[in-house]
Amino acid sequence: MSDSFLKTIFGRLTLESFPIHEPILIATFAGVAVGGVAVLAALTWFKLWGYLWKEWFTSVDHKKIGIMYMVLGIVMLLRGFADALMMRAQQAMAFGANDGFLPAHHYDQVFTAHGVIMIFFVAMPFVTGLMNYVVPLQIGARDVSFPFLNNFSFWMTAAGAAIVMMSLFVGEFARTGWLAMAPLSGLDYSPDVGVDYYIWALQIAGVGTLLSGVNLLATIIKMRAPGMGLMKMPIFTWSALATNVLIVAAFPVLTAVLAMLSLDRYVGTHFFTNTMGGNPMMYVNMIWIWGHPEVYILILPLFGVFSEVTSTFSGKRLFGYTSMVYALLVITILAYLVWLHHFFTMGSGASVNSFFGITTMIISIPTGAKIFNWLFTMYKGRIRFELPMMWTIAFMITFVIGGMTGVLLAVPPADFVLHNSLFLIAHFHNVIIGGVLFGTFAGLNYWFPKAFGFKLDKFWGTISFWFWVVGFYVAFMPLYVLGLMGVTRRLRHFDDPSLQIWFIIAAIGAVLIAIGIAALLIQFYVSFRNREALRDTTGDPWNGRSLEWATSSPPPAYNFAFTPVVHDLDAWYDMKSQKAVRPVDGFRAIHMPRNTGTGVILAGLSAVIGVAMIWYMWWLAILGFVALLGVAIVHTFNYDRDYYIPADEVTAVENARTTQLAPAMVGGA
Amino acid sequence: MSADTHGHGHDDHAAEGAHGTRKDYVIGFVLSVILTAIPFGLVMSGVIADARITAGIVMVFALVQIIVHMIYFLHMNSKSENGWTLMALIFTIIVVTICLAGSLWVMYHMNANMMPSMAPGDMGGM
Repeated sequence: MSDSFLKTIFGRLTLESFPIHEPILIATFAGVAVGGVAVLAALTWFKLWGYLWKEWFTSVDHKKIGIMYMVLGIVMLLRGFADALMMRAQQAMAFGANDGFLPAHHYDQVFTAHGVIMIFFVAMPFVTGLMNYVVPLQIGARDVSFPFLNNFSFWMTAAGAAIVMMSLFVGEFARTGWLAMAPLSGLDYSPDVGVDYYIWALQIAGVGTLLSGVNLLATIIKMRAPGMGLMKMPIFTWSALATNVLIVAAFPVLTAVLAMLSLDRYVGTHFFTNTMGGNPMMYVNMIWIWGHPEVYILILPLFGVFSEVTSTFSGKRLFGYTSMVYALLVITILAYLVWLHHFFTMGSGASVNSFFGITTMIISIPTGAKIFNWLFTMYKGRIRFELPMMWTIAFMITFVIGGMTGVLLAVPPADFVLHNSLFLIAHFHNVIIGGVLFGTFAGLNYWFPKAFGFKLDKFWGTISFWFWVVGFYVAFMPLYVLGLMGVTRRLRHFDDPSLQIWFIIAAIGAVLIAIGIAALLIQFYVSFRNREALRDTTGDPWNGRSLEWATSSPPPAYNFAFTPVVHDLDAWYDMKSQKAVRPVDGFRAIHMPRNTGTGVILAGLSAVIGVAMIWYMWWLAILGFVALLGVAIVHTFNYDRDYYIPADEVTAVENARTTQLAPAMVGGA
Repeated sequence: MSADTHGHGHDDHAAEGAHGTRKDYVIGFVLSVILTAIPFGLVMSGVIADARITAGIVMVFALVQIIVHMIYFLHMNSKSENGWTLMALIFTIIVVTICLAGSLWVMYHMNANMMPSMAPGDMGGM
């Protein structure tokens, strides 16, 4: 076969594209392959494929999709954290004559992959998963507005994650840092496939994020239970509303920037090149117009989680609900007014820098107001130190520290000293781990009994909590010190031996966090094994206040047999105090959306197109695109989209719940 | 009871009366054609000598065109969807204005401060 024929078929993919000369990657691949084959064999052995396909992969149930998002987030957390461990190990040992164990070529991919994975495929699935699971339950709806779109969005996110994972063993990932700044990410400086992997993974996952934003936005606006005016909406739903407004307005900017970068790389345009009238500074400007709202997209839903948790575990109504809502809205607008603080040093001058420095300081005011609201909610409350509350308190302390270093960085002259240093790294890990991850763990422990019908084990949860919190401080406080001493980020090797001790301490912190993650996994396992002892029969294990606790744990497919009517902000607390009686008869057939595999197929085809574009296999990209359009068109002719759960079945499910509730009622009386 | 809220979006539409009448569509179409023809005519005939004035006029027509589309084709008014459409429009305008004006402002300063100019004598301004 001639070379040109092979090139037509495989594009730039050759045998050299497989990293067989990198022992670390070979070992990783062997591990992944053995593990993967074992999982696949187990699934086949226990005949789980049909079950997974019918009950999960093709499901349009917002609860199952929410759980799949959380699973995706946890799996990708392991990958992203493995990258973090490698970086910490490299930096702890690479001093003087010691070159460490990662060659520069590999190290640069590791820090890029760590950032990309942690933001796009860990934090985003976690917040989307929580919103997906909880929002419809909190507003008394049976599903989201567009259930099929929801399934499709999830699989697009998963397809993006799969493309990033593929870059580990086929070709290589970007070596540009997590935002792929031009002109480094242009074809002149990054001719290999790395940046293309980055572009296509983010574009495909971005479609999923945007559509899920549209979906949840429509759900919250149109599908609230009767009586639930906007100011009677649970605060987590409010935070989800603000988040999804941000998603819908911000993600198109990312799509546009990456599309222009791809045009530069594929067809030779000059948007962000150094020559021919291109302007790389425009890339920086535009990517941060998306990038700053993105950090609020990540943190706002968790602010909602902390609000719910604080109010529930303090046994009090949330302090300052109205101010909380207004703070959310102010942040939603201000999130668009601060982006330049990410590039104070690029040289826009004093007037521009002062403006954006001041807006950045202003945005800390609504955030500070929220902290005070949580403190006042706890004040004179009867606080129960369950796991979600512990995570919330750890968050408040950690986030305030991170917020203060953030305000430090908002001062342009200080930023000229601290920018690009490990101080910045410490700052954003301080707010992202302390805010987003602690919030996710709070939410996970809080809503897990709702999702699976049993609580998570408190002992292993506490172990995980302490290792995470202590590990975080041990890992990142040294980076503040190093940053103040002027150590810049993304370095692979150091000459000054006096710095080494700080990196060793940071590496110890990373090991502590690793134990925290292991304890989290053990917590899942132990809880599953002891699920009968941890069983929640009431549907309301924490004495909750919002509607998700009004239904059983786990909720039936239809969530609520009768749509609840809301009279108060804390709707379920109101029902409990009014001694509202749960209806036990008169059930009617319930209209539900039907499962479909189209989402999986469309996302799979998108992944094929992405990979084909990365490797320049033009025929495959065209074929994939035609197939994508074809499947989408065929799907529009699928009229079998809904079904009725018969009244008998609803009655049976609800009667089972009545029986389950009976002993609890006796115990309570 | 909301047994039929799902997948039956089409039922609600009739009640909203949001689809507009034939008259609306005709008015919208005629206005769009006029608003497209005038800028084309201006550019192709070159009646206004100054290209910048022509460009300015074309931009104004484009803005009016957007508004015509929103009113006659997207049926937006202050009452549709309980005011949510208007709210979304205001938010969009705010965000787009911030991003465009901000980017222009930022990039203008970047350009003035950071771009080496072609003439060596101008470097003193940096």
